Amino acid sequence: MSVDAATVKRIGRLARIRIEENEVETYRGELNAILGFVAQLDEVNIEGVEPMTSVTPMALRRRDDKVTDGNYAEAVVANAPLTEDNFFMVPKVVE
Amino acid sequence: MPGRNALTIIDTRTPNPKSFIQGATGDWEVIIGMEVHAQVTSESKLFSGSSTLFGNPPNANVSFVDAAMPGMLPVINEECVRQAVRTGLGLKAQINKRSIFDRKNYFYPDLPQGYQISQYKDPIVGEGKVLLDMGDETIEIGIERLHLEQDAGKSIHDQHPSMSFVDLNRSGVALMEIVSKPDLRSSDEAKAYLSKLRTILRYLGTCDGNMEQGSMRADINVSVRKPGGAFGTRCEIKNVNSMRFAGQAIEFEARRQIDILESGGTIDQETRLYDPKTGETRSMRSKEEAHDYRYFPDPDLLPLEFDDAFIAMLAEGLPELPDEKKARFVRDYGVTPYDAMVLTLEKESGDYFEAVAKGRDGKLAANWMINELFGRLNKEGKSLAESPVDAGQLGAIVDLIGSGAISGKIGKDLFEIVWTEGGDPARIVDERGMKQVTDTGAIEKIIDEIIAANPDQVEKVKAKPTMIGWFVGQAMKVSGGKANPQALNALMKQKLGIE
Repeated sequence: MSVDAATVKRIGRLARIRIEENEVETYRGELNAILGFVAQLDEVNIEGVEPMTSVTPMALRRRDDKVTDGNYAEAVVANAPLTEDNFFMVPKVVE
Repeated sequence: MPGRNALTIIDTRTPNPKSFIQGATGDWEVIIGMEVHAQVTSESKLFSGSSTLFGNPPNANVSFVDAAMPGMLPVINEECVRQAVRTGLGLKAQINKRSIFDRKNYFYPDLPQGYQISQYKDPIVGEGKVLLDMGDETIEIGIERLHLEQDAGKSIHDQHPSMSFVDLNRSGVALMEIVSKPDLRSSDEAKAYLSKLRTILRYLGTCDGNMEQGSMRADINVSVRKPGGAFGTRCEIKNVNSMRFAGQAIEFEARRQIDILESGGTIDQETRLYDPKTGETRSMRSKEEAHDYRYFPDPDLLPLEFDDAFIAMLAEGLPELPDEKKARFVRDYGVTPYDAMVLTLEKESGDYFEAVAKGRDGKLAANWMINELFGRLNKEGKSLAESPVDAGQLGAIVDLIGSGAISGKIGKDLFEIVWTEGGDPARIVDERGMKQVTDTGAIEKIIDEIIAANPDQVEKVKAKPTMIGWFVGQAMKVSGGKANPQALNALMKQKLGIE
């Protein structure tokens, strides 16, 4: 598996990372090196092996349905560049 | 729904000409599948302890987990798990004892995490079914799956010329995404499906079904084909929030696709939006590129696992569901299947009906409830909970009619009095002298007076016996509507000498 220049740009766009035209080739090389390293796993036969979603030998912890948090809107928006009446303000996104 | 393309679609329905849409080149069949997002009824959110209460001030129901502050970790709400399992049981579906949470990655200002925690390959609930009453036939709509996921926040666009306002109160609220198989074949079926699903969820108490507040929204997949032919390319209409709009959106979209195909074009698989103002759907091009969600298992959450005892405990606590209640009403109270369906649309109306019908004539009780009570409630825009006439009072009215103490016509007057003034129906009848006059002596007296006062009419009725109606009407008027109609009719015939 290897990626081409178009894929590099697409991944950048999906991840909202700006990739300049003159950087594409560098990233392509690095990504392919990583993929090549990971491809060693292909040598292992995983026929009939269930995908592993966790390495922790414990069950998912659950909590009771109680309201224990919230009610601090000022703190929630404190770091936002722009707010009004405890709303976040963002450049207009309209469908 | 993710992975839908990989799914082999099995056509379970026989094409029904009644639902065909006529095009220039002949009949078309519309194929509909739905993804309903139902807000789980719970106090707190799916992965955080903040409130789910609707209508709070902006960002009040937000914890640092919901705002995706660095280092915050999700902990699942056990009640949301129970609600999903209950819903699965109510949909007669397979319950998966092991399910997995995945990250669905995309960027949007109302999604601070940059991903939605959802379930992709291993949902909590698998295949099930919903039965729909369509006139005289019952159709079965397959459920593909149900999974748990987080809701996003809300963007408001009309507060500022160049900025959008974001409120994260909904962010992280638990949703059940309920995916149907593409088994629906008309806008009427689609509306009936939404309505039935809403009824089931409300019976179960797992979602309040409040579409105006956004507790239930539907993404609708629509395609068209020649009846019984190969499936066409589908379009997905996003976020429809009323049953009426669902119907309109499907009608418009099916027609749009037929027009394109008949003029030699092809359908682009795309996401569309329904605009209630124009009654049209339009393309949401900007969403197209975002469709690469790069799902992967959420490393912050372990697989969700429970055992058969957990499922059995929830199954035991389930209420009687609408289909079962309807069947029981038909069986035990002798009401028609249609009336039973109307009476069981809401759990509350079923309970009310049983309180009225118990130990009485079930059919009479159903008639009075559906025609008088529901009719009056609708007229005044009231819900059953707001009814000024309670089940005990309606039962007493039904008793008075059933025993012949009052006529059906007087019953309506009595209902009106109880509706506006309240009180004990039997006492009202006594105090206001509304009792039916069955005393033949009293009725005879009235008849004699009318005959004596109208010699001309008496002559006419001899030539034209149907004129008797006029005499009966006069006598009924004099009696204040209280004369027993059967007794009055019989006596009148006798006195006028009509067979």
